[in-house]
Amino acid sequence: MSRRYWIPAVGLGLLFLSAVPTLLPRYAIDLIAQGMIFAIVGMGLDILVGYLGLPSLGHAAFFGLASYGLAIPVTRLGWAPWAGAGVGLLTAAVAAALFGLLAVRCRGVYFLVSTLAFGQVLWGGAVKWTSVSGGYNGIPGIPRPSLFGWSLWEPDAFYYFVYAVFVVVAAMLVLFVLSPVGKILTGIRESESRMRVLGYRNQLYRYMAFSLSAFVTGIAGILMAYFNTFVGPDSLHWSLSAQTLLMVILGGAGTLLGPAGAGILLVVAQNLISNVTERWTMVLGLLYVATMLFAPRGVLVLLRGLLAQRRPSS
Amino acid sequence: MTALSVEQISCHYGGLKALDSVSFSVAEGARHVILGPNGAGKTTLFDVITGEKSPSSGRIMLFGRDVTGLRSDRRAWLGLARTFQITNLFWDLTVEENVLLACLAQEQSRRVFYRPAGSFPDLVAKTRSLLEEFGLGKLAKVKVRSTSYGEQRQLEIVIALATQARLILLDEPTAGLSGEATKLVTRLTGNLPATITVLLVEHDLDVAFQVSQTATVLHQGKLIAHGPIEEVRANPTVRQIYLGRR
Repeated sequence: MSRRYWIPAVGLGLLFLSAVPTLLPRYAIDLIAQGMIFAIVGMGLDILVGYLGLPSLGHAAFFGLASYGLAIPVTRLGWAPWAGAGVGLLTAAVAAALFGLLAVRCRGVYFLVSTLAFGQVLWGGAVKWTSVSGGYNGIPGIPRPSLFGWSLWEPDAFYYFVYAVFVVVAAMLVLFVLSPVGKILTGIRESESRMRVLGYRNQLYRYMAFSLSAFVTGIAGILMAYFNTFVGPDSLHWSLSAQTLLMVILGGAGTLLGPAGAGILLVVAQNLISNVTERWTMVLGLLYVATMLFAPRGVLVLLRGLLAQRRPSS
Repeated sequence: MTALSVEQISCHYGGLKALDSVSFSVAEGARHVILGPNGAGKTTLFDVITGEKSPSSGRIMLFGRDVTGLRSDRRAWLGLARTFQITNLFWDLTVEENVLLACLAQEQSRRVFYRPAGSFPDLVAKTRSLLEEFGLGKLAKVKVRSTSYGEQRQLEIVIALATQARLILLDEPTAGLSGEATKLVTRLTGNLPATITVLLVEHDLDVAFQVSQTATVLHQGKLIAHGPIEEVRANPTVRQIYLGRR
């Protein structure tokens, strides 16, 4: 999209998000905070799906692992909440580094199925290993930390904390996809053999991008655990992975900001629609079908096309 | 110095012998063409030289170094580049991005992940000058999938050149091109710097004779003739097999 459009659009979006606590009621503020957490997952997953072309159906694994990694030492061993966040991120990163060794050898549907299996194994573990994970009941009572003297129990403070993390992660990922390494990922997506004979070590880049994607998802997992002050096995379940994958596809894989926007909007839409009907997943399904029919490369790509038509010169 | 030497290379696909103990060498700076009918093993030979396929037996020497066990990305670093018979480009990227990825391949900046690719002046300048030099400047911002087939074949060669290779393998650079485009690509191939060794597979004999001085003829995986192109052309076995004349 030409800079003329996307710089003002992103600016307005960020301005709106920063004004949310003064404009909207409590319920909506929480909703949008939750939306931004999912937006972080969407962007992290987009590195893998959009830039590298590897569809993952197991990203909830890293989301949930980070949450559990935070919850267990904090609630059972009495560790400080920040130390717990470190453990959570480390858990997600180590899991990605280990599983990535296997996963990056697979392509396409094989990658999809291996990530799905990985996620479901962890989910199964969280359900069965009650003494550690609390089973279906999960782990309640995760405390929120303080930041620079502000307690994150304060709803507005928590909102701005999530907002700050979202903006920093988004800015870093935008830089990342514009960087040489980001370009190289798209090259690997388009033609591995071409990249190989140019002298690139594809496997190394793929492994690194997989780990980065998982790590970013882990950041969102930490935020979600603080947000809910609770973690349960649902945070590891494949249906969460599927939802985030849909987010990426609806927003526009390979656009980064598309999945971020879709993350926020879908969380808001899910709550609004759930007030009216219980059939949210059906609405989501219809949305997905409509996207495939009218904007198969995502809503942002469709908008970009429409804008380009209006200005054939640019 | 010898740029490339292929030593006793055999390559099987199941029971089929695609290459049967093929040996020849190419001097540095040479223009060498591989001839042979369909299925003679020409593309397999290229794949073995670049490391995309492992030979069943034999050795590949690149600039005096045994590279038989080396991965293809490592061979690229020794100065080997190739084009593909079936156009192999980054379809969903622009022409500029295609060339940029080729320029970037062996630069330090390939490891940078925190700074836009467009902020490396050397990289941008090199990409731009290659595009201008080969008349692709106007197409810089166009996605490769929207360019013509002739332009794509040109881009294949530009990308191979961008890595500053010393040995370039061109796999049927003019395959499927119209007369005009063939002339253009032939001229482009003929004008490659003399320091670069060129090994090409070509079906169009006119192009082959224009571009190269030496030739190797393969038939059913076996080497039939090797030497100066005029001698090879006069070889009766070659005339019988390849040209279908007695």
